[in-house]
Amino acid sequence: MAFSDAVRDSYQTDIEGIKAAGLFKEERYIHSPQSSEIEVEFPVGSSIRKCINICSNNYLGLSSHPEVIAAAHAGLDSRGYGMSSVRFICGTQDIHRELENQLTNFLGTEDTLLFPSCMDANAGFFEACLNEQDVMIADRLVHASIVDGMRLSKAMQDTFKHSDMGHLEEKLQEHQDKRFRMIITDGVFSMDGDMAKLAEMVALAERYNAMVLVDDSHATGFIGKTGRGTHEHCGVLGKIDVITTTLGKALGGASGGCVSGRRELVEMCRQRARPYLFSNAVAPVIVAGALKVLELIGATTERRDKLEWNAKYWRGLLTEAGFDLKEGNTPIVPVMLYDAKLAQEFARDLFDEGVYAIGFFFPVVPKGQARIRTQLSAAHEKHHLDLAIAAFRKVGQKRGILGLGKKDLLARCAA
Amino acid sequence: MDEITKVVRDYIIREYVQEGDDREITETTPLISSGLVDSFSMVSLLRFLEKKYAIHIPDTDATPEAFDTVERIVALVRQFQKTEVGSV
Repeated sequence: MAFSDAVRDSYQTDIEGIKAAGLFKEERYIHSPQSSEIEVEFPVGSSIRKCINICSNNYLGLSSHPEVIAAAHAGLDSRGYGMSSVRFICGTQDIHRELENQLTNFLGTEDTLLFPSCMDANAGFFEACLNEQDVMIADRLVHASIVDGMRLSKAMQDTFKHSDMGHLEEKLQEHQDKRFRMIITDGVFSMDGDMAKLAEMVALAERYNAMVLVDDSHATGFIGKTGRGTHEHCGVLGKIDVITTTLGKALGGASGGCVSGRRELVEMCRQRARPYLFSNAVAPVIVAGALKVLELIGATTERRDKLEWNAKYWRGLLTEAGFDLKEGNTPIVPVMLYDAKLAQEFARDLFDEGVYAIGFFFPVVPKGQARIRTQLSAAHEKHHLDLAIAAFRKVGQKRGILGLGKKDLLARCAA
Repeated sequence: MDEITKVVRDYIIREYVQEGDDREITETTPLISSGLVDSFSMVSLLRFLEKKYAIHIPDTDATPEAFDTVERIVALVRQFQKTEVGSV
């Protein structure tokens, strides 16, 4: 069928609907490497302006680290640009396996398999490892990629209320007739910045004979004393059956992800996970860069320590200024505004003040839970945060929201 | 409020309303279109109804629209209760 006027009109109506609902997303063009200060063209065609970036996943500040860039250059020279193959045909180089082994050591698991992204790892895992005799019991706030992956699996789907261990226990009791039970959670929840109760979850898993899968994308490299992740922070190293995580955030931020965990589960992914089987091997340049990242963070905890300090300092500044925050102890600090329009306008005002942050609202977060999600980085220096808080204060004052709690904020928006 | 309506409403409050969320759930409160119940979590509601009332609701009928209010869910249960009885 040709792309007729009627077809075009139909799509245009859909796009207008997205715009009318205030959900239209626009890219902002960045003319510099990723860092705590970036050069941004927004709106498209306007002059480029320098901003403090407080919304990237560059937690360890390694996205543009000179040693990572040098290692990536060396990898490009020695192993080439692309593999032009999936892994199991002729796409696996020695460095792919070396990176998998290094990730296994770092995460304290039995084996690891690289995927093009963690989205792909989550999309592939459940279908490869569980079937109609099994049940998947997920926290209701898990990442969209886990939801998609679960939908592709024949196993029964169930959910428990966010971080509610009593509810999870009820579900585990209810599903004792299943062959395998798998508890599924994010390690750090990307929108709220809170951490899963992994110690309690592991205890329940042992009591009710279940496996545990954690997506630690917003934790690997910096949560826990040596940055292993939420399993280190919660004292359950070696007890998580599957960790999925990404190279696209703290670990250099390029792309790539993995499934790491029990040897047999990883092997099932190697044999059956479709995103692994049917997409190209991770590019050698990224593998070489990621190996250097693991070497750097294995040698010192300096970066994750600085990140921890930055997050505490930033949380303190926002609280002192009178913003309503989601509680937490991670580098994700959501500033709650509750109203979608206010969140959008607040982000726009911040940009005018030289701070790049984004408003999040339904459907990314529940209705009435709109916010500015701020994310800290080890690349932030104290002066970046001091400048950023001055902008937040100024915009907060302009909007008349400093010192207001949820009720007052909502009432103010309704007025 | 009849018995099925009460059972469905109580289950929704227990299962989906988070602590501290003080919204009232009436027979016509939108559940899925309001974001209170996402289509993913709907599966546990479907399973609860099938178990409780010994019915089978086919995927083609278990649509987000059919599950959007307590009123519609109750109507769906009644429809399949009749079908089950009729098929015996």
